[in-house]
Amino acid sequence: MMNFLIATGLGTLTAGGIWLMLRARTFDVIIGLTLLGYAVNLFIFFMGRLRVGAAPIMVDGVAPSLANYADPLPQALVLTAIVIGFAMTAVLLVIALRSHADCGSDHVDGADVPAPTAAAPRSRDTP
Amino acid sequence: MSWPHWIVMPIILPLISGAVLLLAARRAPALAARFALAATALLLAISIGLLARADGGSISVYLLGNWQAPFGIALALDRLTALMLVLTATVAMAALIYGCGGDDRRGAHFHALFQFQLMGLNGAFLTADLFNLFVFFEVLLISSYGLLLHGAGAARLRAATHYVSFNLAGSALFLIAVALLYGLTGTLSMADLAVRLSQLPADRTLLAHSAALLLLVVFFVKAALLPLYFWLPATYGAASAPVAALFAIMTKVGIYAVLRVTTLMFGAGAGSLTAVASPWLPALALATIALGAIGVLAAQHLRAQIGCLIVASAGTLLLAVGLARPDTVAAGLVYMVNSTLAAAGLFLLADRIGYARAGAGDALRAAAFDATRTAQAVLFFALAVAAAGVPPLAGFIGKAMLLKAAGTTAWALWVISIVLAGSLLLMVSFARSGSVLFWRPAGASPGAPPGGAQRLVAHHRAHGAALLALCGLLVMCSVYAGPLSRYTAATAQQLFEPRAYIAAVLGARPVAAAIDVRREMREAAKPGDAAK
Repeated sequence: MMNFLIATGLGTLTAGGIWLMLRARTFDVIIGLTLLGYAVNLFIFFMGRLRVGAAPIMVDGVAPSLANYADPLPQALVLTAIVIGFAMTAVLLVIALRSHADCGSDHVDGADVPAPTAAAPRSRDTP
Repeated sequence: MSWPHWIVMPIILPLISGAVLLLAARRAPALAARFALAATALLLAISIGLLARADGGSISVYLLGNWQAPFGIALALDRLTALMLVLTATVAMAALIYGCGGDDRRGAHFHALFQFQLMGLNGAFLTADLFNLFVFFEVLLISSYGLLLHGAGAARLRAATHYVSFNLAGSALFLIAVALLYGLTGTLSMADLAVRLSQLPADRTLLAHSAALLLLVVFFVKAALLPLYFWLPATYGAASAPVAALFAIMTKVGIYAVLRVTTLMFGAGAGSLTAVASPWLPALALATIALGAIGVLAAQHLRAQIGCLIVASAGTLLLAVGLARPDTVAAGLVYMVNSTLAAAGLFLLADRIGYARAGAGDALRAAAFDATRTAQAVLFFALAVAAAGVPPLAGFIGKAMLLKAAGTTAWALWVISIVLAGSLLLMVSFARSGSVLFWRPAGASPGAPPGGAQRLVAHHRAHGAALLALCGLLVMCSVYAGPLSRYTAATAQQLFEPRAYIAAVLGARPVAAAIDVRREMREAAKPGDAAK
């Protein structure tokens, strides 16, 4: 049951991330990349196998094998991946903000989309 | 070169000099430029020293933090790594000399970002650990984002938005592949992965295949293979000249990673994973050559043309890697050295031409030139000859070796026809560009005297020095093509015998440290042994 829940959760996150990434607004793309990043980080974590109630810290008197402990390496990897993903998202946000300020549009291609008018509110579904 | 820590110096040196430059750039810009030049020259010297060391044929391993592989991260120096280090430092030196001619003052922290980019590149070439490779990819990418935006402008912002988003998606795929491989084998050391993937139980080969192909897709994003190269011409065309010249080495990181992974982890001994890419990689590489060459022909601006040239040469290199034979790889490496130097030189020259023709920039149309026309025409001719692979310069030797080596494979007919047709297209396009730029400039725009250009030509000397150095190196590569091809042949031989690499990495033992903190902690935990 846990495996099913986690696989479904990861799949939903990835699908949502990819769908948002394919949209034409920088904000949507950034949210999509963030969702995809969450999915990837969880995936790294789960690659150390799912264990409930096991710590990655050795205790005296318990044999040091993966049968008794959680795998510490994916936890270290995911920490690195989170930090790097955070920094990259920050860079992308700065670029997107600057692009919005300079081009007057949050379209990923800059200002080459007709400006929205009052009669036709901005379409969020532009491919 | 017997001091063990030389191997880690190509990473440490740019890190330290980048940090110093971060502090110094605002206060003393002139001093910062000199310091950056000195640091890069030192890096070049160290890389050449490491090349001499690797040319002995042995693989040197450096255990970071004195942890034994596969538990810690190891750096490994073999012939391929040493060649890439020297090529990177050479291109960086030329780009930096050119950048000191004024481009470095157009935005903040050019020199610091440049050094961090070198750190990422050198680390990616040196590391023998898959996750560490990811980390160094991110180091070189995050500095490349900064460098791409250097000098700002709307075109650069738009190119950067695409480039950053695309590479972030690539990084996500990289992490999925790395995590899958870790879940399957329980290790991240490339040498240990090579051993364990060959012993994988049969029910896991499908997952291992997915992981291997995902990993290759990520490297193809960096290397600009057919469906994944559309970001490249816009990005390279938008970057400032020294940055674009340095980026000429960036596609080679992808090609290096493909070469390393396919020979080491998915090589002859990898069981079901052997030659995981070979059914389709040559076909995609040939299509990349064809489309790159058409792009070169169709380009309206010189820099877009050079961007497409990089795509075509990446296709040629991936073809050499995809045919997966020692002689094709050796030929590809000869070609890589020449095409990288030529592409970097062309990017610098395109910028110089833009200065010399104030109104027209690098657009491929006739415009009035200032007095430097003849010198630039000669340089353009030399670089275009090298880039298109026409006889007197060594780009031709690389291509000829590749055709000869591919002649005995199943792809022979396709390789020969498409590589030759691509070369013809490149030659025609560059001949046309050269004649449009240099032969008919005077009469084309009589109303625009080149007076406007004079305010921009203040830093001739650095620009000329960088261009002459690159042209000189290309001539040197042609004169010393014998030693170069001997070296690349030995490199390919070493790559196709991965057992030596695996034995060197897994056999490296930690040195006995004067102060062993870990042992002291162990002994402190066991009070009975503390007397020892």
